[in-house]
Amino acid sequence: MSYEEVIFYFVAAVTVLGALGVVLTRNVVHSALFLILALLAVAGVFILLSAEFLAIVQILIYGGAVTILILFVMMLTRVRDMPQALDGPQRPFAALAAGAFLVLSVLAALSSDWPGETREITVVPFREMGEALFRDWAVPFEVASLVLLVALIGAIVLARGEEGE
Amino acid sequence: MAIELEHYLILGALLFSIGLYMALAKRNFVGVLMGIEMMFNAVNLTFIAFSRFPRFADMTDAERLSGHVFVIFVITVAAAEAAVALALAMLVYRNRETIDVDRMDLLKW
Repeated sequence: MSYEEVIFYFVAAVTVLGALGVVLTRNVVHSALFLILALLAVAGVFILLSAEFLAIVQILIYGGAVTILILFVMMLTRVRDMPQALDGPQRPFAALAAGAFLVLSVLAALSSDWPGETREITVVPFREMGEALFRDWAVPFEVASLVLLVALIGAIVLARGEEGE
Repeated sequence: MAIELEHYLILGALLFSIGLYMALAKRNFVGVLMGIEMMFNAVNLTFIAFSRFPRFADMTDAERLSGHVFVIFVITVAAAEAAVALALAMLVYRNRETIDVDRMDLLKW
């Protein structure tokens, strides 16, 4: 086995086991910690796909921001008091839907004739990434910053509480 | 056998299915949100895999980078969604003392 295979299978195993841990563990705080593990492993897959910038973004935003936000909300809403049955009565339907999706997409992935490695691919340079983002995709980029601003204000207004009124 | 596109696609499908099950089956609002975040990540992984193995050999770098730029936008929207959804979770908890999605049934006749 080459290095690439060893690293891929290791990172893929960590991703899938982390994701299964998120679903199967009974404690929601452990579930969030497993989520951090799975998302960091996805950053490893990004590095393997020579997308270093996105791996860094993934670690910063998911490993740093989103999961910490989730942990904070768990703390503030005391979700430990939840009933023991974490999964609702819709569980078999959910399992059926997820299983059907998995089978369909794996069959589609295996039966299609994908292109192999068509040429030598180097690491995506940050410079080209920036040029693409600010030249070809400038308008969507500005809209995305507007979305972030609106979400920021909306989250503050929603979570502020009554005392400000 | 080298690592091909299929490997990444199957990994993405696995991650998406686990996230889908989680988003559909969990009773905890935050759990549903974690499932949605996992689905976002699976899609991002697939985007970058397709960008790494381009369909046509003569694609320019700008075309190839579209996949990466899309992932940046997905991450942006996912972060905004997480912030608003968690604020909503706190609001629901404050008003109804629960974040069990099965008990948020005011609109059910």
